[in-house]
Amino acid sequence: MKNSMLRYVIKRLLLAIVILFGVSVIIYALSRLMPQDYIDRKFEPQITQGLISRDEVERIKELYGLGDNSFAGILLGYLKWIGNVFRGDLGTSFIHGQKVTTVIFENMGISFGIAFVAMILEFVIAVPLGIKAATNQYGKIDYTATVLAMMGISLPTFFLGAIMIKIFAVDLGWFPVNGLTSANLPVDATGWERFWDMMWHLVLPMVTLVILSIGGLMRYTRTNMLEVLNADYIRTARAKGLSEKSVIYKHAFRNTMIPLVTIIAGTLPSLFGGAMITEQIFAIPGIGLKAYEALQGGDVPFIMGYNMFLAILTVLGTLLSDIMYAVVDPRVKITK
Amino acid sequence: MNILKKNASHPSEKKTEAASKGTKKKDASHYISAKESRAIARSNQKEVRALEKFRKRKNVPETEYLTQMRDKNNIVEFEDLHTYFFTDLGVSKAVNGVSFDVPKGKVVGIVGESGCGKSVTSMSLMQLVQAPQGQIVSGSIRFDLGDKAYDIAKMPRSAMSEIRGKQVAMIFQEPMTALNPVFTVGYQIDEVFFLRNKDMPKEEAKKRTIELLNLVGIAMPERVYRSYPHELSGGMRQRIVIAIALACDPKLIIADEPTTALDVTIQAQILELLREIRERLDSSIMLITHDLGVIAQMADYVVVMYAGRVVEKGTAHDIFKHPLHPYTIGLQKSKPVVNHEVDRLYSIEGSVPNPINMPSFCYFRDRCSRASEKCAGEYPAMIQVSETHSVACYLYGEEDK
Repeated sequence: MKNSMLRYVIKRLLLAIVILFGVSVIIYALSRLMPQDYIDRKFEPQITQGLISRDEVERIKELYGLGDNSFAGILLGYLKWIGNVFRGDLGTSFIHGQKVTTVIFENMGISFGIAFVAMILEFVIAVPLGIKAATNQYGKIDYTATVLAMMGISLPTFFLGAIMIKIFAVDLGWFPVNGLTSANLPVDATGWERFWDMMWHLVLPMVTLVILSIGGLMRYTRTNMLEVLNADYIRTARAKGLSEKSVIYKHAFRNTMIPLVTIIAGTLPSLFGGAMITEQIFAIPGIGLKAYEALQGGDVPFIMGYNMFLAILTVLGTLLSDIMYAVVDPRVKITK
Repeated sequence: MNILKKNASHPSEKKTEAASKGTKKKDASHYISAKESRAIARSNQKEVRALEKFRKRKNVPETEYLTQMRDKNNIVEFEDLHTYFFTDLGVSKAVNGVSFDVPKGKVVGIVGESGCGKSVTSMSLMQLVQAPQGQIVSGSIRFDLGDKAYDIAKMPRSAMSEIRGKQVAMIFQEPMTALNPVFTVGYQIDEVFFLRNKDMPKEEAKKRTIELLNLVGIAMPERVYRSYPHELSGGMRQRIVIAIALACDPKLIIADEPTTALDVTIQAQILELLREIRERLDSSIMLITHDLGVIAQMADYVVVMYAGRVVEKGTAHDIFKHPLHPYTIGLQKSKPVVNHEVDRLYSIEGSVPNPINMPSFCYFRDRCSRASEKCAGEYPAMIQVSETHSVACYLYGEEDK
């Protein structure tokens, strides 16, 4: 059993290398095909003012490895990039002038913190709500929860974020508009004071994330729970004389948990990858914001590094959720 | 231009169209207009809410559902039981005035074709009818607990733990899905012991579970104890379901088509097991099936149901040797017989009437080969033919008495 599990994991990891290779080809080609590259953007004013000649721009492009935009040029650029990756070098970010890995790991912390707390809140609120809605199907709780969930699902991030800022930061003034630290924080503030100041800044972005994601998970829990509650074994459990509480929270929930656990494992990429739009709206210097800037600026090495990071997390997340399946569901056995 | 003209110029045509629609509606009872649908939803909601409120009450004094048995020898007495389903198409009267008794220590077989209300009758006894759509509306189910009797139709759901798993146990139709896939077989049986005695040590529960597994004829009980349901065959799972039912020493076992999903050899074994258990525990069995062969082997008394009503009841001898109701006769004719060559197996023409908007006359009239003018009258009452045998049919009227 242990042995077969190990073999399965190794097989999946080998397969992952092939997948990641394919992903890197696509992302590289796409980021090189963007109509405006880093140099065009950076020297735009100088070019329009005639301070810099076309030849010079081309030379700088050559230096950055962006000169040749033909098929062969892109292919060559890709081969160069992947060659460096095999030597353990993801390259240097154009915008930040630092190693891509350094930029990613330096900015990951805050994004992870936000996503982690938001995910815990999301599960703690959405799962019990979904169960309640399922056990009171077509009741008041069910309709209320469903309407609220649907509102959460349908609201776009930028819209909800803007509304939150308008109401709670601008009008009511309860929370700061954006950023991570207050401008008036004393220089000699203690660690705790800094921490609480940061938390205060993070309330709105976290609430935004939670509101947006709660709906989907709640509906998912509700649907699964309803399906389980109609199963024959739930009738058996009731016929045994079990109380309604242990029927729902033991016999039914244990079955509802199976798909939920795999969802948790699947959230791995979003946990470390940052929330691009939310971070941008609230100006939080996390990895999501950095990725947004890189995309706008045509920072090819960073785009590549960031997306490969996400791809690795996604592959690991699916592997983890497959393994979790075997852990929580006795019917699933991992073989081969 | 043309379209406009057509729409504007023929009011008479429209009228006839509407009229023909009106008659069509009467013919096809499954057609429902938006208005009717809304009215149904509204009345359903009102009734279901009231009934659910009644079931969900807490701290109901016992006196409210305490009752007296009509006959001390009965374990259960159904009297004029009505269990309805409030569906989007209207109220479906799944059980529509059912009365019969289950004597102590006897096997009562309930037969009838699919959808005639056999299962719903037994589910009503356990209050396991799919709520909120399915509700016991009226009538009574008197259950003898020994020193007292409860009327289950009046009991709130919270009090049902007195009955379920303590007095009455149920064996379900589908052994494949009746066990929880994520718990071991051992755990699912142990649970019943813990329910009755919270402080029972684990080893004690396990010992008793193994005993039970032996009793129901499981070959390697120690191994099966640790197995998950998906690792067992259908026959074994049905034995586990029976073991769960036996774990509480029930006074009454409801076996809802216990053999339908099993192949013939396993069927015989399971029936043999049920018979053994009854002799051992001296409990009563309500055996629900559409298989007359099973009934003939097992039952002391037989209740024949048709479209939510009892059409004939009596001892097994009465029903098999002197069937009276044309439906019972038809059922028996439609059973294949060994060594008896027929070109084509008999089948009763037509199908069960729609349980929504039941006719006011005998429900079987339109399929009956012996229907007469009398049958146009209201639904025939139960007629006592002999001490044990009664039938609801106009064929056996006053002249028989």
